[in-house]
Amino acid sequence: MKLLTLTALLLATPLTAQQVPVTSFTLSNGMEGIVIEDHRAPIVTHMVWYKVGAADEGPGESGVAHFLEHLMFTATDDIAEGEFSRIIEDLGGNDNAFTSYDYTGYFQTIAVEHLDLMMQLEADRMRDLILNEAAVDIEREVVLAERNQRTDSQPGSLFAEQRNAAQFLNHPYGVPVIGWRHEIEALNLDAALSFYQRYYAPNNAILVVAGDVDPIEVEEMAQRHYGPLTPSDNIPDRVRPQEPPQLSPRRLTLEDPRVSNPYVIRTYLAPERNPGDQERAAALTVLAELLGGNGLTSVLGRKLQIESQVAVSTDAFYSGTNLDPDTFGLVVIPAPGVTLAEAEDAMDAVIAEFLETGPDPEHLERIKTQIHAAEIYAMDDMAGLARRYGIGLTIGLSLDDIAAWPNILAEVSAEDVLAAAREVFNKNNSVTGWLMQEESE
Amino acid sequence: MIRLLAILLVCAAPLRAMTVQEITTESGITAWLVEEHSIPIVSMDILFRGGASIDLPDKHGATHLMMGLLEEGAGDMDATAYAEAVEALAARFSFDASRDTVSVEATVLREHLGDSMALLRMALVEPNFDQVAFDRVRGQVDSLLRYNARDPGDIAVGQLFSDAFPDHPYGRTVEGTVESIALLTPEDMHIARERALVRSRVFVGVVGDITAEELMILLDNLLGDLPTEGPDLPENVVTQAEPGIRVIDFPSPQSNAYLAHESIPRDHPDYISLYILNHIFGSGYVSRLNQEVREKRGLTYGVGSFLVPFQNASLHIASVASENAKMAEALDVIKAEWERISTEGVTTEELEAAKRYLMGSYALRFDSNQAIASGLAGLQFGGLPIDYINIRNDLVEAVTLDDINRVAREHLHPDRLQIVVVGQPDGLTSE
Repeated sequence: MKLLTLTALLLATPLTAQQVPVTSFTLSNGMEGIVIEDHRAPIVTHMVWYKVGAADEGPGESGVAHFLEHLMFTATDDIAEGEFSRIIEDLGGNDNAFTSYDYTGYFQTIAVEHLDLMMQLEADRMRDLILNEAAVDIEREVVLAERNQRTDSQPGSLFAEQRNAAQFLNHPYGVPVIGWRHEIEALNLDAALSFYQRYYAPNNAILVVAGDVDPIEVEEMAQRHYGPLTPSDNIPDRVRPQEPPQLSPRRLTLEDPRVSNPYVIRTYLAPERNPGDQERAAALTVLAELLGGNGLTSVLGRKLQIESQVAVSTDAFYSGTNLDPDTFGLVVIPAPGVTLAEAEDAMDAVIAEFLETGPDPEHLERIKTQIHAAEIYAMDDMAGLARRYGIGLTIGLSLDDIAAWPNILAEVSAEDVLAAAREVFNKNNSVTGWLMQEESE
Repeated sequence: MIRLLAILLVCAAPLRAMTVQEITTESGITAWLVEEHSIPIVSMDILFRGGASIDLPDKHGATHLMMGLLEEGAGDMDATAYAEAVEALAARFSFDASRDTVSVEATVLREHLGDSMALLRMALVEPNFDQVAFDRVRGQVDSLLRYNARDPGDIAVGQLFSDAFPDHPYGRTVEGTVESIALLTPEDMHIARERALVRSRVFVGVVGDITAEELMILLDNLLGDLPTEGPDLPENVVTQAEPGIRVIDFPSPQSNAYLAHESIPRDHPDYISLYILNHIFGSGYVSRLNQEVREKRGLTYGVGSFLVPFQNASLHIASVASENAKMAEALDVIKAEWERISTEGVTTEELEAAKRYLMGSYALRFDSNQAIASGLAGLQFGGLPIDYINIRNDLVEAVTLDDINRVAREHLHPDRLQIVVVGQPDGLTSE
């Protein structure tokens, strides 16, 4: 077990999330463990994150990572069908799971005395999942219903799917996490099981325990439950097909009678956070705050919502928490009577002006204040801290990278922001979409 | 003179060991406080009884719009200056309206407590409601209403309430309508504020790095200049909906359905029993609805039921989304389960499992300062005692199988279900 080395702590400032006790260990089978202590309440969040997600699927089997996530609640050699969540509810715990492009996670929140059992259950289904055809057939229907609800009933989600597919010419980030409908329909027991056997193993997993626990006891407990599991010897390197140079701006429109508020949205390929190399991502994070943070103070909001009143709403977004390149996005919802063409022109004019003037120093200072405060507020949000570590480690960052991030953000200068903006706003890397109700626009 | 009336309560394990103090300020405002000095922040939840249900008859949506405008300029600051001031302090404010309440949530840094509260006071006591901000925020609400009008879930809920409460404020949406908000003026915002932000109807929960003495002075400054009394509150009402199904055509691959009937208020002696019964029926993975509709038949991604104990009316509601071809079957299964549980009741095993879940998970609600602050305000709003967090699990534990099965017979009415389906469900038409 090692204590995290904390870099460049700011002196004479209030306690921040960097001072929340975080410790780590690695079991001999390769499983990493992170313990975040919060002794305010006798509860614990137990999470296992796998370093596998939708972007690791093979061609033609989109949705298998997410389908497997559903099937992980079926049965094991020790747990009868449907018993997993029943046992946890019976102890007053809540459990769920999530799938993204780069990771798949399972978690329970429960009274701290049940942590040992949670580890036993989670360790059991890491290697001993048992599937049957009937359960697989029903769960496929549930996933199709989920796709109906979250994607096919939402014009904005269908639009995002189409835009993503246009954004990534070669990388699997262009395929939806939940899967294309025709490929979900073809998923079966064998596909799920072979994905499981390849990727679900201690040397591909990260344990995150946050709550009222002692890190030494957690490590002992983890050794007892996860320690005996056999590592997988056929986990491929996470080398996905990468993007070729993108040479042409792409444009698309989607028309749907269910659209109430048409909007224009543009995404650009953008660099992500990388080990030892997070400065550009930090500058882009600050850039997104400057352009799109609060509609009353952001650059887009001030120009388009307050001054010209061309827009009802504006936004800029970027996360950087991907294994491979991410996107930086801009959105404008035009005011009634303003066309999408006019909204897009206005958006472009704001960006062009920003590239000339750069950020307002006072605005940048207020964002820095909020970045600092977010670290204090984070101490009251254990689930958020647990996610921060789970995501960071599954996208290949080190603990030091994760600990350093708030300080890297704090050091972003106006010049850094401007340099990042000039680099990212390259139209050849962009997809511009218009979501419309009908063609008359 | 500062008067400290402290009622000290220490919660037993496995709940968080916290002491809830009741304080009453010089001007007579009562608040519940948990001091938590380990993190330099203060979280506050302020509820005012009334909400959208006290909108004047021709001013639907005024209260909701007014709450959205509180942070859009106050005192000598316009909307942008106010937002910049909030950003400079890294304060987090949010303002909202529901049918029965308006709420103000604030989480602020201890180091900026005084300045943050001075800003919040300006929003509550001296908002500008200037025409420019008014027009802009009204445009945002208009956009939201147009979005909701094309959202099948919102369409279904809107129809459910307008059929159930046609002559009562609950029959209207909190946000008003595109037509009603178009007629509102900034003057209506001042009137709505004076009706809604009323001292005699306030409930305050505070958690954080602050003492009782500090809080008493703070609250008198923050809320002391608000109006003392508000308008009459609405009358109690029961659902007027006829049993049966109403189908609203909407082009979508799936349908959304809501089923509802009359239920009992929060202060009814059977409420806890009905709450446990509902857990067995339609809340959580093990619930009968989830098992029968999702786990066994794969008819949905999400099905559930819940109690809706408003101030003046109570409903028991279930909801499901299903492919158009499968909605009829999903509704048949839900209605059959509603019938079965109301006539046959539940088993001892189901009751004990539900109790274990509800008692064990209660502590999980109190996992952050903000969550505890809203819990404290909510308990006061519900008229519950200050020791409720301590005794709640005893109340759950005390419920017997006879209680549950009597409550199932008395308070579930599968023959009186009002059903609204939005979509293009096969084989279903309005009755």
